[in-house]
Amino acid sequence: MTDLFFYIFAAITLACAFAVVFSRNPVNAAMFLILTFLGMASLFVMLEAYFLAVIQVLVYAGAVVVLFLFIIMLLDVKEESKAKLKPLTLVASVIGFAILLVGVVGITSSDNIKATTETLPEAAGATLKNFGYELFTTYQLPMQVTGFLLLVAMIGVIVLSKRVKTD
Amino acid sequence: MELSDIAIKSIYAVIVVSVLMGFCSYAVLAERKISSWIQGRVGPNRTSLPFISSIPYIGRFLTRLGVFQPIADGAKFLFKEDITPAHVNKLYFTLAPILSLIPALTTVVVVPFGYYENAAGEVVTLVLTDLNVAILFLFAVSSLGVYGIVLAGWSSNSKYPFLGGIRASAQMISYELAMGISVLPVFMWLNAPGTAGTLSLVDVVNSQGGALWYAMWMPGSFLIFVVCIFAETNRLPFDMAESETELVSGFHTEYSSFKFGLFFVGEYAHMLVGSAIVAILFLGGWHPLPFMTWADFGVHGLLAGVLSVGTLIGKLCGFMFFFMWIRWTLPRFRYDQVMKLGWQMLLPASIANLVLYTFIIYFLERP
Repeated sequence: MTDLFFYIFAAITLACAFAVVFSRNPVNAAMFLILTFLGMASLFVMLEAYFLAVIQVLVYAGAVVVLFLFIIMLLDVKEESKAKLKPLTLVASVIGFAILLVGVVGITSSDNIKATTETLPEAAGATLKNFGYELFTTYQLPMQVTGFLLLVAMIGVIVLSKRVKTD
Repeated sequence: MELSDIAIKSIYAVIVVSVLMGFCSYAVLAERKISSWIQGRVGPNRTSLPFISSIPYIGRFLTRLGVFQPIADGAKFLFKEDITPAHVNKLYFTLAPILSLIPALTTVVVVPFGYYENAAGEVVTLVLTDLNVAILFLFAVSSLGVYGIVLAGWSSNSKYPFLGGIRASAQMISYELAMGISVLPVFMWLNAPGTAGTLSLVDVVNSQGGALWYAMWMPGSFLIFVVCIFAETNRLPFDMAESETELVSGFHTEYSSFKFGLFFVGEYAHMLVGSAIVAILFLGGWHPLPFMTWADFGVHGLLAGVLSVGTLIGKLCGFMFFFMWIRWTLPRFRYDQVMKLGWQMLLPASIANLVLYTFIIYFLERP
């Protein structure tokens, strides 16, 4: 039963992710993005990481995509015409996909993963308390760096989008 | 999980949602009656049913009270002509009302509504799921409700609904942040050092049993949360998405009959769940008085179940009345005022409130 649910949700997530990339209408793409996030959240639920699942919905589906939609509607983005594929883009995407493929195969075939699938350890994101402790002890530095990067990005956007009057 | 367990859970869920829908339809009647009372009118008092309305005295009294009005309203929504304008995006136009109703009905899953003591004297909480991250689940699912409004505005392909949809999305983002931060002190106090971390609503209510209610010693959080609930449910004075005097009726201008009915029911379901959350988080849930539980009054067993559910519903109705009272008391804000209130007042106020209670809780709990 659990396996069946996993395959259903994984299929939904993947199908919607493809639809995000391939749909021409930006509103359709945003809607499929929501479905992708919901599918990922349900995969987290299958892993009993309820906190991560809820945060996934709250932050991405609930706030980030609302902003996407807001921008799409405000700028009135029209359907995109079929873009011609440049050779450089093609080469870059093939290389990118190859690297991704190597990474995924490398991770899934390593011995490390095989050992942990037999005895499931309590995941750091499974319960609220674990998540908090891990975030503020083991992963303190990455969290601070990520936060700082986001701050830089935010200030950068404000600086770039603000028009300076020269006259 | 056994199949029979799933069946029982599904039946419970259907019962809870049906009760919620029943409350919705009578909340509409309450809104109309309270509006008329505040404005010195009579309100709906003519709709009558055959047989029941002809019972002497009682039937006449019920008719004057408007008890049969929701049935007529529901029938009207069902049988009116469903007009789909030619210029709309059909898929999203149909999807939008459904998307606004479903999140409102889903949030009720984590709302606890009472408890009873079984034969062994154990306390059993009446709730569909006691999720460990209940409050986050609630915020997450209710934040999905805005898509219904935004899509309705966009798919209608005309100016007023579009403005309504844009306003709704901007307003939701502005107020969700302050709302989330304002409830943090409650959960900081709940998760004292050494306890298992919890964001469960059942634990919030239990922690208020025999103790001070959170509204009394965290009035700042309470005030900010209530203001944000008004904004979140799109009620006056924050009904920017609808504002009928400037945007005709905002996002649902192009909607008629049953599709409009779904928006309407969704709004009231959202209000009802919001009122229940206020009662649970800040007003002691099903506990009758501060420092007192029903057990202190000597009430046990199934009677405690009836009284606890009754208490919560009483508080919920009280807060619904407050919703409607505010509607006819305060005029609508201007759009820029709403944004200013959200970002320049409520957000800093909620952060200041969080810092203040961090210190208070630290000094109270200091080992």
